[in-house]
Amino acid sequence: MSEDRSALAHQFHSLEQQFEASRLGMWLFLATEVMFFGGVFTALSVYHSSYGRIFDEASRHLDLTLGAINTAVLISSSFTMAMAARSAQLGEQRRLGGYLAATIALGSLFLAIKFTEYFHKFEEHLVPGLHFSYPGPEAPRAQLFFSFYFTLTGLHALHMVIGVGILLVLLGGAAQGRYSSLYHSPVELSGLYWHFVDIVWIFIFPLLYLPGLRH
Amino acid sequence: MSGNVVPKGTYLLVYLSLLGLTLFTTGAAFLNLGPLNPLVALTIAVSKAVLVLLFFMHVRTSDRLVWVFAAAGFLWLAILMSLTLSDVLTRGWQRFLL
Repeated sequence: MSEDRSALAHQFHSLEQQFEASRLGMWLFLATEVMFFGGVFTALSVYHSSYGRIFDEASRHLDLTLGAINTAVLISSSFTMAMAARSAQLGEQRRLGGYLAATIALGSLFLAIKFTEYFHKFEEHLVPGLHFSYPGPEAPRAQLFFSFYFTLTGLHALHMVIGVGILLVLLGGAAQGRYSSLYHSPVELSGLYWHFVDIVWIFIFPLLYLPGLRH
Repeated sequence: MSGNVVPKGTYLLVYLSLLGLTLFTTGAAFLNLGPLNPLVALTIAVSKAVLVLLFFMHVRTSDRLVWVFAAAGFLWLAILMSLTLSDVLTRGWQRFLL
């Protein structure tokens, strides 16, 4: 370990302790993120308890095919991210680069599909506040549903954009051989963030896209 | 420092389970199960989240302090949701009492 003292900050006894401290810090941040998204999900359940029927009907206007494809894309990106963290752990430099690049590609594909969906909603006048039009007397309630749709998926997409940015920095670091089996916490911690964003989508998909199917 | 290296096969199995559960939840949404629909969808979503937490996020092999921190986020979320919904969902009950 002595040859790798450079990675050890002076306040820590060992790389092990340093890694555990930074991992705990990441989990603390993720706990605040659970509350951040949790607040929006709670608001959605409150309004769904009043306007459930119209919310479920408005859900039919979401693109189930693209939503399902995006779910698979995001789960695949979580798998490649987990493999990237594993490669970093084992000190496999080339594989780390490959898996990081694959994760970036899948994350970008997710965003591309997401923005295609947004564009369709814009064309269909389903963006709240921007010439929103919805047939029937329940239009204000439907607009509320689409507000939740854009808030939740927009905040999620913002997290994805930040995630892709972080992965690009990691890819640059990996190209310079900055990570080794002794020092790989940036890859591991970014992975935690990436998987958390995946979990948020795991709840967005059934709560927003699926209720419309049986109507 | 390299800690517990999870076998490739484990990640692959978790990945395939997540894809399978996505297919399952989408299929279940086409059936009209009445009030069971949201319950089925949420149960599958929670199962998928647990798989990601335990395996991809390494909670399974992390020390107990990580367990406490991870659980804390969801505990507070549970408080937020249960106290909020215990109000909202029971507002209609007063007509049974009056």
